[in-house]
Amino acid sequence: VLHSARPLHTTQQSLAPLPPLPEKGGEVRYGLIPEEFFQFLYPKTGVTGPYMLGTGLLLYLLSKEIYVINHETVAAACILSVIIYGVKKYGADVAAFADKLNEEKVAKALAVKNEAIKGLETAIEQEKKEQWRVEGRNYLFDAKRNNIAMLLEANYRERLLTVYNEVKKRLDYQVAMQNLKRQKEQDHMIQWVEKSVVQSITPQQQKESIAKCILDLKALSKSAQAAV
Amino acid sequence: GPLSERRLMDVRLGELPAWLATCNFSPQGLLGGMQKAWSSYYDKYINVKRGGPAGITMLLAGYCILSYSWNYQHISKASFLGSV
Repeated sequence: VLHSARPLHTTQQSLAPLPPLPEKGGEVRYGLIPEEFFQFLYPKTGVTGPYMLGTGLLLYLLSKEIYVINHETVAAACILSVIIYGVKKYGADVAAFADKLNEEKVAKALAVKNEAIKGLETAIEQEKKEQWRVEGRNYLFDAKRNNIAMLLEANYRERLLTVYNEVKKRLDYQVAMQNLKRQKEQDHMIQWVEKSVVQSITPQQQKESIAKCILDLKALSKSAQAAV
Repeated sequence: GPLSERRLMDVRLGELPAWLATCNFSPQGLLGGMQKAWSSYYDKYINVKRGGPAGITMLLAGYCILSYSWNYQHISKASFLGSV
């Protein structure tokens, strides 16, 4: 459960980066006695004070048999001499080797850190590039808007054309219907008139008209004969 | 600073009993005191970039002296004929 109201990182203190280790350890004389002891006795006894103290202490321990000399003393002396010889001879080499190991460790960590920094820097550049790209949004939207407007316009015009065609078809139909009706009426009327006329010609009228035609023809032939 | 927060080396001789009175002698207190002593020794002589032989030789010398003092009774009773 994270209490969102709790403030984080209220103090300046932080665990990273760690302060670097001190270069050298505390000063120690003869590998056994810290330098502070000599400094502590210096104001009162000068430089030789601690040595005098050491000698006196040693003689006291020996004389009072607080430190007994037995076979262990000889063994200790041999071991100590061997150890001191070893340290004096090979100390520098061991130190160099340890330093090299340390160097490698530090170099690896540093390499990791540099890699991380480089990666983050490239990420930053790409991010900036993306931000620059964002500015081109406007052109993109304009182009899209144009496209959509064109689509709408084309669609509208298509539909307009369809409407026009449909209306024209209906009007043509009406016109054709009217024409047909008029023609049919005309034909029918002509037929009916002809039929009624033919019917109305009774045989009496037929004879009279034929006689009239013959008379006319005779008159015409006479005048034609005269002309010729 | 105040007496209870000073380290042993900074306490003057006359104030020693007062300083001892302010010490925490419960098990946790003793453990904490040992922890502090060890960590201060460790940070000063061992946890450095270029340490020398001083770090462990002092510990070994302390161990030698301590074991000698524990065995002093036995060593001091060693018979004359058995030694050397």
